[in-house]
Amino acid sequence: MTCDSIRDKLDAYVDESLPLQDRTAVEEHAQSCSTCAGEILARAQMKRATRLAAENFAQSTAFRMHPEFRRQIEKKMLKSRVPLWKTPFTWLAAGAIAMVLILAPLLLHRESGRKQEIAELLDVHIATLASTNPVDVVSSDRHTVKPWFQGKLPFTFNLPELQDSPYKLLGGKLVYLEQKPAAQLIFELHKHQLSVFITQESAEFNATGSALVSGNVRGFSTEIWTQAGLRYVVIGDAGAADVHTLGDLLRAAAK
Amino acid sequence: METRIGDTGSFEELAMPLFARLYAFACWLTQDRDAAEDLVQETLMKALKGFSSFQQGSNFRAWIHRILRNTFLTSQAGLKASVSLDAEDDTTLEPSTSITPESLFLARLDSESVERALIELPVHFREVVLLCDLEELSYQEISLAVGVPVGTVMSRLSRARKALRALLTAKQEGARR
Repeated sequence: MTCDSIRDKLDAYVDESLPLQDRTAVEEHAQSCSTCAGEILARAQMKRATRLAAENFAQSTAFRMHPEFRRQIEKKMLKSRVPLWKTPFTWLAAGAIAMVLILAPLLLHRESGRKQEIAELLDVHIATLASTNPVDVVSSDRHTVKPWFQGKLPFTFNLPELQDSPYKLLGGKLVYLEQKPAAQLIFELHKHQLSVFITQESAEFNATGSALVSGNVRGFSTEIWTQAGLRYVVIGDAGAADVHTLGDLLRAAAK
Repeated sequence: METRIGDTGSFEELAMPLFARLYAFACWLTQDRDAAEDLVQETLMKALKGFSSFQQGSNFRAWIHRILRNTFLTSQAGLKASVSLDAEDDTTLEPSTSITPESLFLARLDSESVERALIELPVHFREVVLLCDLEELSYQEISLAVGVPVGTVMSRLSRARKALRALLTAKQEGARR
């Protein structure tokens, strides 16, 4: 390497900013070139002198910072920090937490209410199937079953036409749920028996919500909904799709 | 020069260890104690406010030096100096002497002469020399702080040092006469 090509690199060499390859080249050249070695030394001394002078200057009496300056700044910085409760984000977060706190018990109550309702109806369904007289009115004719409930229930309901469907009406019976009369209808689908409970919409059941909810409890498919002031619950050991189809038939009949 | 990988931490953790250095640098820029204190205070407040825009893991020193520089430029003292700060790098400061072994007199230079020479340097030259030699920022960091490419930092630094040497040589020769 020539002196000219080395010269351009000397500042970066002294500033320790040269890539290793160039660094080695500069050092090798300086070993055989006293002029460039002198340049390096002078630059290093200049750098050191600059640093010393710059430090002295800032520490000189004229520039010594006021003794309280740093503390004042620290205080100001502390003050200027926006308290957490003043930030919009905090308010949003607080709002979200409050909503969760308010809604969670309601949702949990609904969820637990629904589970309790299903558990109770499932027990009735199983007990009915185990009984030697599962139904009080034995008929596959909706025009026989529906009138049978007349005078026994404070409400009336429509039953679907099942002629073109795989479902078969076996009959019905009167049951009491939460001390209130309800119709229990038994349907059959390929040897599976399904119960449909129809009861009046009430405060207890309202708390569980009126939207259509499908579920599965202990292997039984369930579907619950509220329509025209009546609450319907379908329970059976058939598949969820079959339970849903029966639900659709009932919903269509109730319209 | 140490290699810095990246800074993480709270604002105070990153800024307060640099407090004295920022003040020293502010003194050099403003040449006045009160103005330097105002500059440091304003810089820290601005940096604290904008700390969310600082990318954790990037270079804090370069970031805060950039704020200090921009704050200085908008201050009264800075407006006067801005002509020099924005000056073209081809500003010629004669004589552009090369260091020869004979000019090793620099080694014997007292701090006071170097100080005076530094004060006489145009601000845009003084700035890069001090960021490099006093603040020990890398070329990359200076590039971030000053907002110019690394190549410009290198050429500006080289010219600044030549100018500084020229000023010192002139002083020495003047004293000899």
